[in-house]
Amino acid sequence: MAFVSSGYNPDKPMENRLSDLGPRKYDEFYPEVIKNNKGKWLYHEILEPGVLVHVSETGDEVFTVRAGGCRLMSTTHIREICEIAEKHCDGHVRFTTRNNIEFMVDAKEKVEPLKKDLESRKFNGGSMKFPVGGTGAGITNIVHTQGWIHCHTPATDASGPVKAAMDVLFDDFKSMRLPAHLRVSLACCLNMCGAVHCSDIAILGYHRKPPLLDHEYLDKMCEIPLAIAACPTAAIKPSKVDFKGKELKSVAVKDDRCMYCGNCYTMCPSMPLADTEGDGIVLMAGGKVSNRISIPKFSKVVVAFIPNEAPRWPKTTAIIKNMVEAYSNGANKYERLGEWAERIGWERFFEACELDFTHHLIDDFRDPAYLTWRQTSQFKFSK
Amino acid sequence: MAKHETPLLDQLETGPWPSFVSDLKQAAEERAKNEKGIEYQIPVDVAEDLLGVLELSYKHGRTHWKHGGIVGVFGYGGGVIGRYCDQPEMFPGVAHFHTIRVNHPSGKFYTTKFLRELCDLWDFRGSGITNMHGSTGDIVLLGTTTPQIEEFYWELSHNMGQDIGGSGSCLRTPSDCIGSARCEYACYDTHAICYGLTQEYQDELHRPAFPYKFKFKFDGCPNCCVASIARSDLSFIGTWKDDIKIDQEAVKAYVGGEFAPNAGAHAGRDWGAFDIQKEVVDLCPTKCMKYDGGKLSVNTPECTRCMHCINTMPRALRIGDDRGCSLLVGAKAPILDGAQMGSLLVPFVEVNPDNEYQAIKDVIEPLWDWWMEEGKNRERIGELIKRQGFRRMLEETGIEPVPQHVQEPRTNPYIFWKEEEVEGGWTRDIDKFRKDHLR
Repeated sequence: MAFVSSGYNPDKPMENRLSDLGPRKYDEFYPEVIKNNKGKWLYHEILEPGVLVHVSETGDEVFTVRAGGCRLMSTTHIREICEIAEKHCDGHVRFTTRNNIEFMVDAKEKVEPLKKDLESRKFNGGSMKFPVGGTGAGITNIVHTQGWIHCHTPATDASGPVKAAMDVLFDDFKSMRLPAHLRVSLACCLNMCGAVHCSDIAILGYHRKPPLLDHEYLDKMCEIPLAIAACPTAAIKPSKVDFKGKELKSVAVKDDRCMYCGNCYTMCPSMPLADTEGDGIVLMAGGKVSNRISIPKFSKVVVAFIPNEAPRWPKTTAIIKNMVEAYSNGANKYERLGEWAERIGWERFFEACELDFTHHLIDDFRDPAYLTWRQTSQFKFSK
Repeated sequence: MAKHETPLLDQLETGPWPSFVSDLKQAAEERAKNEKGIEYQIPVDVAEDLLGVLELSYKHGRTHWKHGGIVGVFGYGGGVIGRYCDQPEMFPGVAHFHTIRVNHPSGKFYTTKFLRELCDLWDFRGSGITNMHGSTGDIVLLGTTTPQIEEFYWELSHNMGQDIGGSGSCLRTPSDCIGSARCEYACYDTHAICYGLTQEYQDELHRPAFPYKFKFKFDGCPNCCVASIARSDLSFIGTWKDDIKIDQEAVKAYVGGEFAPNAGAHAGRDWGAFDIQKEVVDLCPTKCMKYDGGKLSVNTPECTRCMHCINTMPRALRIGDDRGCSLLVGAKAPILDGAQMGSLLVPFVEVNPDNEYQAIKDVIEPLWDWWMEEGKNRERIGELIKRQGFRRMLEETGIEPVPQHVQEPRTNPYIFWKEEEVEGGWTRDIDKFRKDHLR
């Protein structure tokens, strides 16, 4: 493994440096049919789950076959995507904002061979490489964050729970039987770098224990003022501690003010907070981002905590499946999960989904909390 | 023979959904075989060690990654995120495993030529493991060592003409929906403006000078497929002012059952015959529609452009022609004072590439100036608006207040009047007052 230079000269870093190039321009990547019809599209139709046609005023049509994908992807897999795109789509492919892969062809007769090819490919372990689906009133791919594969503050894994949940929800990826589309998202800690706060169902990793304090190293490894400033609830203060008869500079954490966000750990590696029993999953429900019919909504916490049950998170996936079934049975056509819950009332939602209501679900965090309590004599009695 | 036993992860290889575990295993195998004779610049067994450390996390229920280290490329303050494993001796292949964000093209369209070049480069100088794509939109390349970062960037920029993305307190890599490239709902060219503003603000993207992160997301219509209203500090949502265009013949075809409602999105269940009154007219949030004597009409001034009727009958109804976008400011995830949706600042603005989006830049730049002047460290612009008030944002951007800015007017009268708004100002003469009002 000899070092191979790219041509970069570390002694003269500015020599021939290129910078501020930005991304490559989008139109050099468009397939021909997109180039010719951009801005001219008249309408679209979902021909079957995972297959769309868009019809242009020029008379051209583009057929899209949508396949589910893991956002965690190797170059081996990307090369296989390239091979398929070269075989069927003149070397063009695109990805969706929900980590699906879209293969586009310009004629109807090209759809079936492409679809067959995609659905025939399997990994050695038996799972499908490119399941076709994720359109219309069904469940498309789960967007997610890094989790245990690559992040320092996760309270759960991301790729694993997503794989487990999509296996359980797979029939709804392949069909369109629901009242409206249902978006599931996962963020592996409360910082939500995958903002899941407006999803029909959100899977959220959550810590429940304040950080450990590695006093022996804390002052050596951290800038104490930065760790203190990182805390959003001002739960950290400077402190002198006695360590093996020596007085050391360190910090103290006011445990009942800690919201377990891990921002201190980001600043100070001597304040880890991961914990096997403390960490797990919060489920939220009823959010949406679309402005269709009702205005966008935030997701609400409906299950306060489920332990991490690696490798397949069976309790989490069972509750999600149950929620999807209750929604499917109860909602009107076009009604999103949150709209259904609001129409029947959240008290009915908990019954319909067979979920316990506990004190954890009543907001007590700052100003917005009051707005979520019931300020009316109108309510429904539990059955 | 695998380097590490992974009995827990192996259980994620079954079931229909694509298994990332199987993918990592095939990648590990291909790298070990090295049939192309690549002179790998980071350890060959990187994918095996990644599986190994992940298995350990599955066993412990805890992550094994440490944050940190300042890594990056010369002249930029972001785009590379330092990452180290906390068990470097057990998993030397991933001991140093930094992330590089690559600024994806608008709409995430690719040629296989581009993807193959990127794969070749990433196999050579990195782990061969990616995210297609990260939450913000970038292509995320997971895992390389510090000495490879400049080398990677050199080849990415010189050989592929491609730049890295943003991280830290900067303009994060902007992203967009598919837009007019393949969607009839798009009210403006999301790809063009996403690319245009990304190029315009390269300095803000690469050299973090903001109080915290700032995101642009471009949704072509109010369906919000990139979730801009929930996920971006400045959300661009396509809209229009004039009539929804109606093809009455096509309306009849929907009513007659010739066309499937909602473009066939509900085909998986028998919902009965399409009922235009119940499914479209009655669900209209402003009740601005009528279906009378076989004719559908929309009272345009009352329409709030929610998209429901257009989504339900895409062959009969089309967006209007007087198009532009609405700008909403301040969306963010809940931390800390609760989640915020974007709040409407500009109800309608033209999206004009011919003058390089001047009308939009005239909003962006005063917002940034205000936030850079007044924002606290790690304060998102949405939090600054809450702290200093919506009025302050209007003053800073020179935008006149309109009723469209609020869902409802304030419910308290505690108005902070400005001295110049009150006749005579606040400096008064107590002696003059006392002439009329004895002590």
